[in-house]
Order: sequence, then C-alpha cells, then structure tokens
Amino acid sequence: MSAQADAAPAPMSKPKPRDTARGTFLSDTWVIARRGILHMRRQPEALSDATIQPVMFVLLFAFVFGGAISVPGGGSYKEFLMGGIFAQTIVFGCFGVALALSNDRNNGAIDRFHSLPIPRSAVLAGHAVANLIRSFLPIGFMTVAGFVVGWRIHSGPLDILAAYGLMVVFSFAMIWIGVLLGSLVPTPEGVQGVAFVVIFPVTFIASTFVPTSTLPSVLKTVAEWNPTSSLANALRHLFENPGGVPPTDGAWPLQHPVAYTLVWAIGIVVVCAPLAVMQYQRSIKS
Amino acid sequence: MALCSAVTPPPAIEAHGLVKRYGDKRALDGVDLDVARGAVCALLGPNGAGKTTAVRVLTTLTLPDEGTARVAGHDVVDDPVAVRRVLGLAAQDATVDGLLTGHENLTMIGELHHLGRKRAQARATELLEQFSLTDASRKLAKEYSGGMRRRLDLAATLVAEPEVLFLDEPTTGLDPRARNELWDVLDQLVAGGATLLLTTQYLEEADRLADDIVVVDHGRVIARGDARSLKRQVGGDQLRVVVASREDVDAVARIVERVSGAAPVVDHGARSVIAPAIDAGAVPADGAGHGVAALGALAEALGTAGVAVEDLGLAQPTLDDVFLTLTGKPAEDADAGDATPTAEEVAR
Repeated sequence: MSAQADAAPAPMSKPKPRDTARGTFLSDTWVIARRGILHMRRQPEALSDATIQPVMFVLLFAFVFGGAISVPGGGSYKEFLMGGIFAQTIVFGCFGVALALSNDRNNGAIDRFHSLPIPRSAVLAGHAVANLIRSFLPIGFMTVAGFVVGWRIHSGPLDILAAYGLMVVFSFAMIWIGVLLGSLVPTPEGVQGVAFVVIFPVTFIASTFVPTSTLPSVLKTVAEWNPTSSLANALRHLFENPGGVPPTDGAWPLQHPVAYTLVWAIGIVVVCAPLAVMQYQRSIKS
Repeated sequence: MALCSAVTPPPAIEAHGLVKRYGDKRALDGVDLDVARGAVCALLGPNGAGKTTAVRVLTTLTLPDEGTARVAGHDVVDDPVAVRRVLGLAAQDATVDGLLTGHENLTMIGELHHLGRKRAQARATELLEQFSLTDASRKLAKEYSGGMRRRLDLAATLVAEPEVLFLDEPTTGLDPRARNELWDVLDQLVAGGATLLLTTQYLEEADRLADDIVVVDHGRVIARGDARSLKRQVGGDQLRVVVASREDVDAVARIVERVSGAAPVVDHGARSVIAPAIDAGAVPADGAGHGVAALGALAEALGTAGVAVEDLGLAQPTLDDVFLTLTGKPAEDADAGDATPTAEEVAR
C-alpha cells in the first residue's frame, strides 16, 4: 500500500470526501436487511431453530423430563423451565447470522455487495438487523407454547416489559458473537460444527433445565457464572416463576441475575462487535 | 485539470506493476494493463494464472501489495467508492441471489446503487426484457438454468450503466448453445460502446470477443496483441489430417511437410498429422487467408498421391498452442484456487 503514496493524482480526481457512500448507510442497511428477511421467508426449513426447535424443547422438557426434575423451593417445573428455554434459544440465536454470513461469503454474494458503492459495514449491519428481527420469532413462539403447556407470568407489566427487553438486548449481543463466528469459520458446515461442540454444551451446563444446586462442584461453579444461567434466572425473577428468587448468599451472579446478564450483554457487544468487524474485514480482504 | 480531462478522458483501465501476494505466492507479479474506452480486452490464461486476482484488484475487492491501478481515472486504493460507482462486475460463479426472483435481484442492486426504489424497479424490468428474461422475472433465480443465471448476472452488472464492465470467465460452465447466446449478448453490449475486460481460458473466446488479448501466466503478462498477431506468433491455423489407414501415415506426413514447410506432429495411434498451415516465418501481414490456401494445396497433393483420408481440415490454435510457443511448455493449471505456485519448478 505504501507504493500508493507517490502515485500521481488521477487526471479526473477532484477533492471529494472519501466516504461519500457513508450518507447512505441506513438505507443500504435496510435494503440488505430486507433481503435477509426474504431469505428467511423463502427457506422456512432454515428457520426451524427459531420456530420448531424451541417449541419442541418446551414440549419435551415439560412432558418427558419434567416429571423427573423437582424445583428446589417447590413450584411448577413447567414454569421453571420457560426461563431456561428462552435463554437457550436466545443463545442459539447467534447461529442464524453466522450461517447467513458464511453462506454469503461462500456463494459470492459478499463480493457482489463489495463491488457496489455502499459502505461495507452496511452488509454486516443489514445482516444484524434482519437477525434481530428474526429473534422476535422464537420469543413469540415460545411464549405461546409456554402458555399452552401451563406456564404463567405472575409479575406486573413493568417486570414483563423488562423481561422481554432483556431478551431483545441479549439477542442483540448474541448477534455479534454470530458475526464473529461467521467471519472466523470459513464454511456453513463449520458453523454447524461449532454449534454442537461449543454452544450446545454452554447452554446445558447452566440452570437452563435443572437447578444448578444439583450439579457436581466444578460444573456447579461453571453453571453459576454461565451467562445462560443468569439470563434464565433473570427471566424467572422478572416473571416471578419458580427458581426466580435470588438467594441471599452464594455466587454474585446468582444474587444479581439481571445486573449480571446486562454486564454480559454489554461486555459481549463491546468486545465482540469490534473484533467481529475486524475479523470480517480480514476475511474479505484476500 | 478539468480542461485536460474534458479533452481526453482517462483510459478505462490503467494498471502499472500490480503485485499481489498470498503468503509467499505471487498471484500477480508486476502486471501492466492499458484498456482504452470502448475497447474489449481479454485476459487469457490457464486456471491460477492470476486472471481473477487481477479482476479483484481492479474492482477494489482486494488491495494490491504493489503498483497502482485506475479505473475510469479513479484510483482503486485511494478512492474505491468512486471506482465502484463506475464498474460492473460479473464474478466467476454467477453471484445472483438464488432466493430472490430475477426482478428482486436487479431491484436490490439498483437500490444499492441508490437509484431509488421506483427507478430501480423500472430499470430491472427494462433489463429483464433486454436479456430475454421477462417470462422468468417472478421466478426464484435458483430455478434458472445456467445460461439464464449468467444473463441475469450480466444484467445485474449493467443496472447502473457502468463505464467499465469486468466479466470473470463469463462462459465457464455453460453448454455451447448458452455460450453462443451469451456471446451474442456481449456483442450487443460492445456494439453499444461498453468497455469490457473479460477473462477466459479459451483463445477462441478471446478471439471472438476481444480487440486486445493479454496472455497471463504465473501472474505475469507473457504476450499481448490482437488475435491475429498472437496466432501469427503461434504459427496461425493448423493443418490437420486423419489418415484412413495406418500404413499411409508416414507418406502423408511427408506430403504435409512439403505443403506446410514445417515438420508435422505425427500421432500414429490416432493416425493424425498436424502442422502449421504455413511456416510461422513466412506468414505475411494478412495471414488470414493462407490457411485456406494451404488446405487447398494439401487436398490436391493428397488427391494426387491417392491416399485415403478420413478427415482433413484447419484447426484453430488453442491456448495450449499459444503457451507451447510462448513458454515452451503447455498451459498448466496452478493449484486449486487463484494463487500460483511459488516456483514453477515445483510443479515440473
């Protein structure tokens, strides 16, 4: 690039802002987001992780495992369960965007976008917006499925609002993990692999389906500090479901589930977003 | 400066000393290019010669490690957005969006060129018509045939009426009929004054479409010129005889050598004899008609000798012939991907 420094000026070049395309960032982002949403609508099978899968988990755990698991302090397991399944599904939300990015990189769509006069960040932002909208889908499906199996909310409107707000905030954070993943892992198959080897266990070594007090010591500590646990616990707390009353002793995350979840969400965005953008830039350079 | 550019607009493409390394491989090793406005230039070379890398650098998809390049006067490194505004790119695999309809594909590109939704839609309809895709405009692009995908891809590059078109192996993977259709479409574009840079592995295609042919190998330009001058370097058309009976092959080889003036390549197994239509050194400036003259002379000589011949004709030199002449070895595909081997000795 240093060779460019002494290049003669272009005959036609006149002083103009280098990022003349920046002014179109929002509209370009929206065009690419709309494309992402069309993609989702036209391959519903790729949406199964946001539609059928969470509903299946609700039914499986409510009716198959539910009877075998008891909630400490009493209460309905079905009500305990919902916070966990919300949390798990939101964590899985990172795969939608990772897969979409990875597909785009592999089929040349990214190259096409990058040959257009748009800010390159609009491509990432478009994917992020489409997937944020997508994340409303499982939250809605699970709410309905939960009500059908007997889940009830016992808190007031403000707490309910806070609970759904927290889900959206965490979904947004997970999208950046997804962007990072989609830029790091070269193929869609690789993304699937990471899903099963890394993220799947993360959502299970947590208070997702069982109270952490039942786990052996090392796993118990991991589970207590796992953000999936704190998101699940925070939702239980805000919905006033069983397992939702923070203990007065024990690990800090257990005592302050909402604050700890927010710290994670912010932390993920602050760390992952720049890393993701950098990694994405690198992945498209060559 | 404004005055000067009004008188002579900058060339469509000018590149000097482009170098692009991938690790210790030099995909581009000092490439110079000069394409005038309205010209059609073909980059000809085998897989891995650096054609795609050259296109990626010129279309701002990748940064050169050394050298400079301007497209329509805009520097690809310093002002990539300006370059992107004036270029149309059809990448090697038609990158149409399979989950969007033909019309949606083109509308999206138009919107990203900031035509506005209405104008983008109108332009999409217009281009679909021009590329005979109107009937398929509401179908998802993944249901298109290979030829239709290429046409849609080409239409997508034209949405914003670019000044310079880059087509990376536009006919690779097409059956002969779809390829001919695409050539016709490209002919129309060229007749309309488009500036085109295309890459190809086929001398025939470069010959058919381009005014200037730049032969690349291992990231370097090894020859340039129009098709005729390249063919002259290779020795022009080839005389090709397939003899009916194996015993006659040697006799025919002597006849061919007498007509051609050059030692023929004899393949006893295939009973074929191949030689330049006329000795390379003897081809006059307009070598075009001499293949036919030589063919006539050969037919007459064979008839006089009374040899039974199965097939007799002129064969176009291929990319392999060009490489054989220019580098003394056949065109070889580099490793998968676009990079070239560090040292060609490795491959030998």
